[in-house]
Amino acid sequence: MSPSSSAQSDCTAGSSADPRSLRRAIPGTALFDGDLAMRGFELNAMCYSFNDAANRAAFVSDEEAYCRKYGLTEEQRAAVAARDVLAMLDAGGNVYYLAKLAGILGLNVQDLGALQTGRSVADFKAMLVAARAGVDADLGGLHLGQRASGTAQHRENA
Amino acid sequence: MMAQIVGGYFTSHVPAIGGAIQRGDQQAEYWSPFFDGFPSVRQWLGDVSPDVAVVFYNDHGLNFFLDAMPTFAVGAAARYDNADEGWGLPVYKSFEGHPNLSWHVIETLVEAEFDITTCQKMMVDHALSIPFELAWPDAEAWPVKLVPIAINTVQFPLPSPRRCFALGQAVGRALRSWKGDERIVVMGTGGLSHQLEGARAGFMNPEYDRFCLDHLADDPAALTRHSAEEVAELAGTQGVEILNWIAARGALGDAPLAMVMRNYHVPISNTAAATVVLEPA
Repeated sequence: MSPSSSAQSDCTAGSSADPRSLRRAIPGTALFDGDLAMRGFELNAMCYSFNDAANRAAFVSDEEAYCRKYGLTEEQRAAVAARDVLAMLDAGGNVYYLAKLAGILGLNVQDLGALQTGRSVADFKAMLVAARAGVDADLGGLHLGQRASGTAQHRENA
Repeated sequence: MMAQIVGGYFTSHVPAIGGAIQRGDQQAEYWSPFFDGFPSVRQWLGDVSPDVAVVFYNDHGLNFFLDAMPTFAVGAAARYDNADEGWGLPVYKSFEGHPNLSWHVIETLVEAEFDITTCQKMMVDHALSIPFELAWPDAEAWPVKLVPIAINTVQFPLPSPRRCFALGQAVGRALRSWKGDERIVVMGTGGLSHQLEGARAGFMNPEYDRFCLDHLADDPAALTRHSAEEVAELAGTQGVEILNWIAARGALGDAPLAMVMRNYHVPISNTAAATVVLEPA
């Protein structure tokens, strides 16, 4: 799909009563919009608090109490308890904030990717590396313009 | 006397880069294709010796939360601190601000009818610190003063690429009309294509990245023909950080630009990583 052709691809049609009908339908993707931002506020607020090391420690020492303090909805609490990343997203979690919870759980973004795509971490990493196959030789790698290559030449001669 | 824009420096800001720096992994097989782009960046910065950096970036939940999420936020502080982001990166050096230039940018933007948020206190996250660490790895203090401009890439609706480009153009006009002798480097951080969440996690799109890299210098308007949602589809939900690049390119103005360096490597962490330097031709 070329960028120009996809720009003309269909937008989602839907009833005007559902704000999400204004959003594009992107496979495997829910854009974090007002609807999700409202649904996920408490969960995201809790995750935002994890910028503070004392709050991370408080979560670890009594997860139930910490979630209650932030007023997580039942759906959010269940998703966190199950360490179910897709359910956290469904419950309105945003990955920028969830990443802070993932840090507490010892999960990096490859671990998150594996959990969300139902792959092993090794398979998920292999999939990322395999994306290199789409990179042509003239796109990938370092290209120097006249100034930088001139400088490099000058250095070699020096 | 007028300030001068010496050029633009664009780079991915993946947090894992900070981890690689911390471990000294720059020359490891996995990392060297990315880090090998930076000697040319550092050489260029040494040649053009900027003393101010105007940086378009996005906050990842360090300073801004969903209680109040500005679409465009301009820093006007004398000092900006990095802080604990919650998942183990070291806390990076603070930045000296340039409040007078910030207020000149703010006044110019509001006069041009951009309804921005102005921040006299503003923590800045890895999206600023990592590009600086890459550019000046041995600096005890950053050699440039900072004017940070945050663009919302977290919560839809995002500003359109067209609007981000126009914002950048207005910032560029402000910088060129500043009556000082500053030498200003414009930065755009983040991207390129990547998506961290959902069943499409791991998505990258070298074809769209090529489109962006090929048009950035000579035909940036091409990047503004997509909506923000189309960019999310093409670049991934975090690939929308290209908005920072588009704004930074706008600030470089209409005059022809020369490519100093360009590097592209897949993958760094979950991201198609790129670095570009452009300067007036």
